[in-house]
Amino acid sequence: MGSSVLPTNTRPAMQARAGLRTVLRMLWADKLACAAAVFLLIVLLCAILGPLTLNELASGTNLRARNAPPFSLERGVFFILGGDALGRPLLARIIVAAQNTMAIAASAVIASLLVGATLGLIAGYAGRWLGEVIMRLADVIMSFPSLLLAVIVLYVLAPSIANLVLVLAITRVPIYLRTTRAEVLEVRERMFVQAATVMGASNRRIIFRHILPVILPTLLTIATLDFAFVMLAESALSFLGIGIQPPEITWGLMVSQGRQYLTNAWWLAFWPGLAIILTTMSLNLLSSWMRVALNPTQRWRLEVGGRKHG
Amino acid sequence: MADHLLEVRNLSVRFHTTGGVVNAVNGISWHLDRGETLGILGESGSGKSVSAAAIMNLIDRPPGEITSGQILFDGQDLLQASEEERRRLNGKRISMIFQDPLSHLNPVYPVGWQIAETALAHGVAKAEAYARALDLIERVGIPDPKGAMRKYPHQFSGGQRQRLMIAMALVQKPDILIADEPTTALDVTVQADVLSLLEELQEETGMGLLLITHDLGVVAEACDRAVVMEGGRIVESGTPRGLYHNAQHPYTRKLLAAAPGRGEMREPESGRTPILQVRGLRKSYGGFEALKAVDFDLHAGETLAIVGESGSGKSTIARLILRLEEADAGSVKWKGEDVLTKSRRQMGGLRRQLQMVFQDPTQSLNPHMSVYDIISEAWVIHPDILPKAQWPTRVAELLEQVGLKPEHTQRYPHQFSGGQRQRIAIARALALEPDLIICDEAVSALDVSIQAQVIALLGELRDRLGIAFIFIAHDLPVVRDFADRVLVMQRGRVVEQGSVRQIFESPHEPYTQRLLAAGLDADPDVQAERRAARRQLARAIGQMADIVQ
Repeated sequence: MGSSVLPTNTRPAMQARAGLRTVLRMLWADKLACAAAVFLLIVLLCAILGPLTLNELASGTNLRARNAPPFSLERGVFFILGGDALGRPLLARIIVAAQNTMAIAASAVIASLLVGATLGLIAGYAGRWLGEVIMRLADVIMSFPSLLLAVIVLYVLAPSIANLVLVLAITRVPIYLRTTRAEVLEVRERMFVQAATVMGASNRRIIFRHILPVILPTLLTIATLDFAFVMLAESALSFLGIGIQPPEITWGLMVSQGRQYLTNAWWLAFWPGLAIILTTMSLNLLSSWMRVALNPTQRWRLEVGGRKHG
Repeated sequence: MADHLLEVRNLSVRFHTTGGVVNAVNGISWHLDRGETLGILGESGSGKSVSAAAIMNLIDRPPGEITSGQILFDGQDLLQASEEERRRLNGKRISMIFQDPLSHLNPVYPVGWQIAETALAHGVAKAEAYARALDLIERVGIPDPKGAMRKYPHQFSGGQRQRLMIAMALVQKPDILIADEPTTALDVTVQADVLSLLEELQEETGMGLLLITHDLGVVAEACDRAVVMEGGRIVESGTPRGLYHNAQHPYTRKLLAAAPGRGEMREPESGRTPILQVRGLRKSYGGFEALKAVDFDLHAGETLAIVGESGSGKSTIARLILRLEEADAGSVKWKGEDVLTKSRRQMGGLRRQLQMVFQDPTQSLNPHMSVYDIISEAWVIHPDILPKAQWPTRVAELLEQVGLKPEHTQRYPHQFSGGQRQRIAIARALALEPDLIICDEAVSALDVSIQAQVIALLGELRDRLGIAFIFIAHDLPVVRDFADRVLVMQRGRVVEQGSVRQIFESPHEPYTQRLLAAGLDADPDVQAERRAARRQLARAIGQMADIVQ
């Protein structure tokens, strides 16, 4: 081993740097995923910096700029995408809304992914009795119309961002739960899991080292698709008046506010809608890149680089 | 030049893959006459199936590309024929059967319908097609042909399914039958039956039979001529007897040398203490009794082979000893302690001493882990074996011990060949420094020459480290070279046990005799003797059945 000559304390740092470089090189090999990553980085920057810098501009009304058409620079660069029904610049509002949208969607998706995957692992790996209880609970949630559940919960509790995340997360949990359980039931019978059992591996080790890496790509793919669903569900709740309360804004809320002007001012709903679509698509591209990058048998496609592979 | 029924001239096929162009076969030529059986012998990756695929128009183009050659059938070049013409020939005049009959029979249709379908597709009237199907099902030896017509593929055993595939291939009375590894997935006794069925059918119809196989025994048993392929080229051809006795090419010689069942038989040493005592072990699945009270002992440093057909319960024994499944009754004493009553935690310590090597290394190695992670996982689980600082050196050592290079540590399992993967699996088992390794069909999925290497490796480890082995196999010749004692199992019972010499030279039970007679030997002369013995045995069993009735 050549590397054992190095002082031990520098090795992890060097490995980490080499690892990062490999990841970036693999990302560069897939141009679409690369573009998606850049776009998501921009959205993230908007979400962090937008409300700090553009809040005034995004909430200041200007009745002369009501429904101002897009692609004109005479009112300033933030009116390039047009103005809304109260004359507020759409671009600034989209940038500011990125924070709420991302916060709600990301936390709802991550919460449901974590809870669903954990319960799914338990249901799939633990005994039959516990598994059955968990599955029936999931059935109960699924049999309940999710919008109705949301309306009741948000009516009882106050409509706040935290409660909104809670409701969205609960309604999405069964999807991860069922997928995880189904995959676990299959993977746990695979030979390498049995080989680990024969070596005396603990349940925790088998689950986290042998089963989870196999099912993680599937879960991540579902999560990215779910991202769009959660954004739209949030807008539906906001439209009903029990979601986000104006003057707070999200992309979904902007779409539903723009809906009544669709015939004469399409840009009100179009731009925030485009933002939703692009974000979801980027996440999706990135997740399919990640599925290849995480799989040692597929990784060469990215490592050979440059050439296009079907 | 005389006209042959089928002639392949100078055929070259290559595949365009992401890893570059692969020349699957390179300018090969062979021919097949009416009533003749030609064997194509080769290991995996030798291109032995490619020419058959070219004949049947089964090569996907792209990525495949036929770069040169002719396939002459009845004087017509198939490679120049139109798609329509070839469809008319396929199934009607040239038929094919495959290795795994289950995946080539449609599970949702009754088999009678499926067999008749081949005839219907070529324009035979319905009544006629069904009559022919019934006739063939009877001919290939399926009991109750009328009832069988209405049954579905899953209701038949593996051997019966292969018979049904043969029936399906013969519906149109083809001139040529191509059989691609037709008996590889079958038990030895069933294999012999299927091969003799093919032979009988050939005598009746006079068709040409092309037998693609990796098994020297199949060539010795069934072929009139054979060609040996390596790396996409034909390296040698001739009669089985000629090839066996005067092989010219080094590759053929290597294959023959690798054929198991040639070496000295081992004698069990007496006076060793038993380390594993199995008593009254039972297991049922639903109403099916997989194991009916099995007893045996294993001594320290001894190799015990368990042989039997599929469904005889030999793998179940391994799974019960290692607690991959729970036994219904009985005891398994490992160095005096009962394994079956241990709690999960107590079992953890014992697992170090009992290891297993599985049949298919592709599935038994986690594809997401590098070789280093796979081998060192043993020490993550049992940290007291080795301090972490020594892991890299020990992994390199183990890899060298099993014949791999220490630089391979950062590679992943898919970057290795099948034989190399099995070596990694063995290195993983050795990492725990066990006293007993259970090999469940550990060499069955490997090519003959690789199989010989892995067996040699296991033998060396046994002699050097004094590890005891339980070696589960369906292949008797392998067992003959490697084991000290043999346990013969049938339908969940031990029917006979004894030293290798006792079992191979003077078997007492008829079942053991049948197993031995059914095994295929690479030597055509030995094989001819066995065939005679098998016929005699079959006749004797038939007479016995008559007497009983």
